[in-house]
Amino acid sequence: MDTQVTAADNGVNVAALLGAREALGEAPEAARFKWRATSEWQNGTHSVSTVDGFFGLGEEQKHRTTFRYDSDHPEVFASEDKGATPVEFVLVGLAGCLTAGVAAVAQNRNIQLHSVRATLEAGMDLQGILGIDSNVRNGFDGVTVHFEIDADASKDDIAALVAQSQKRSAVFDIMTNPTDVTVTVDKR
Amino acid sequence: MSARESRRPAGTVDVVVVGAGHSGLAMSFELARRGIGHVVLERGEVANSWRSERWDSLCLLTPNWMSRLPGFCYAGDDPDGYMTVKDVVAFVSTYARRTAAPVLCGYTVRRVEACGDGYRVVTDRGDWHCRALVAATGACNQALLPAAADGVPSQVRQLTAREYRNPEQLDAGGVLVVGASATGLQLAEEIYASGRPVTLAVGEHVRMPRTYRGRDIQWWMLAAGLLDQRIEEVDDPARARGVPSPQLIGTRERRTLDLNALMKQGVEVVGRLAGVRDGKAQFSGSLANACALADLKMKRLLAAIDRWADAKGIVAGPAEGFAPTVIGKPRLGLTLSSGEVRTILWATGFRPDFSWLALPVFDRKGRLRHSAGVVDAPGLYVLGLPFLRRRKSSFIHGAGDDVRELGAHLAAWLHRTTPARVSGIAV
Repeated sequence: MDTQVTAADNGVNVAALLGAREALGEAPEAARFKWRATSEWQNGTHSVSTVDGFFGLGEEQKHRTTFRYDSDHPEVFASEDKGATPVEFVLVGLAGCLTAGVAAVAQNRNIQLHSVRATLEAGMDLQGILGIDSNVRNGFDGVTVHFEIDADASKDDIAALVAQSQKRSAVFDIMTNPTDVTVTVDKR
Repeated sequence: MSARESRRPAGTVDVVVVGAGHSGLAMSFELARRGIGHVVLERGEVANSWRSERWDSLCLLTPNWMSRLPGFCYAGDDPDGYMTVKDVVAFVSTYARRTAAPVLCGYTVRRVEACGDGYRVVTDRGDWHCRALVAATGACNQALLPAAADGVPSQVRQLTAREYRNPEQLDAGGVLVVGASATGLQLAEEIYASGRPVTLAVGEHVRMPRTYRGRDIQWWMLAAGLLDQRIEEVDDPARARGVPSPQLIGTRERRTLDLNALMKQGVEVVGRLAGVRDGKAQFSGSLANACALADLKMKRLLAAIDRWADAKGIVAGPAEGFAPTVIGKPRLGLTLSSGEVRTILWATGFRPDFSWLALPVFDRKGRLRHSAGVVDAPGLYVLGLPFLRRRKSSFIHGAGDDVRELGAHLAAWLHRTTPARVSGIAV
């Protein structure tokens, strides 16, 4: 193994993460988080979602600012393309989650990262959502994620970063395992 | 059992060891060596769970030469072979006879409770009083089932690896084997060979070749010190203790059993069983990563072995590489009510049963609170759990070091708490 003279710095506060792991292991209630988003329909297929607060560590929490996201469908769907397609937000979530994981695992393993680029692609057969063929599912028929990583580590050690990141990724879990989704409605 | 019957005094002794498997007998040997009075209470016969709770074709994952206990070792003519269940029963029974262990067979311990400065051991044949107690009842008393088991439709028969004996027990038709430790892989192979289609649900697992550079993988792990690694030396003890058994099988030809081999034979490999909903088993889409993790981990193990062999100048065959695990596009669901699957075999792990300890020694998840075998109650010890003190703690050959150290701890505790007048006379 290469001798590491300097400590890696990927900008991840691993000590805080490890501290949280220990603290939350002993306080399981504080570990229960609720993530939230709200959305307002604009027109057509365009809506604006906002992300603002969440619940965790036993109390309400706030992001530093309110984040707004336009979602729409592209022009080939006869839409106005005022934002990314909702399915693309799913890819954005997966990319963000896996990449954050790579950085955190690298920090924990004292591996200096120089660049991490992820390219994602999801296949989808529109015959599903258009109701043409009931044997075709609405969602993705598969997702591929390709990482290109420049780091001070061997090929296998970099592969292990990516593998460990998947193992600990929330979005990877959400996409690879079934999740209960309950939708309710009120007339206003 | 009437209350009166359960209170019938059976005896008073310094130490009660519960369980006459290899761990309990090794502790008995250690206590005898130290001149500490004790009895070994056994619900059935010596090596009881080996006699009654293992499948027929099971062989040890360690070669015969590794089967050794304090004052006793394998003396047969096949040191590189692997003991069958019958061989293990004979081995442990011979040990009990040779060491003249004070085993009382047919005593089922119902409850252990605090009593004065010691314990009352309530059995179905009277109570024992002791100052120290060693729980050597094993790590595999109960099969662990995932929550998904609740949703399995009633027409599918469910069986645990603890109840499974051989394929003839199973209905004709498909079998879903859940779990990819040594148990899951061995049973998937055996059941497939019996003519039943097998689907194997695979989560995180540990891949290992049977032999590496001409020697048994267990030889390398032992020689390089990996099996002697102590629980204090690992980053995450809870995780280390929960690692599934490596995908190994003990056969005459010392062959490697892995997912590639099973798929080549015809077993269908799918992802971890994520749930059962509306009669449909749902498999995780994370199989590729589970395999990548296991492949990478195996490469790291073999690289560590190579580095150690180089440093020590070990004469062995050339370094070997192993093909990565190649999975295609595994299906993500399986309709259990269609008749395709007649049986689900749960090979999802085991847990020990300490429900007979009526003592405040459990954490919030019901796990026994102990530090490397020293239970969080004075004079109480546990043996034989995975990575209890060392990686080898649950192996037959792992008992020796553990009973020596825990025996010393126990002896010191007895000595400290011995009433002055008694020790005065003893001296």
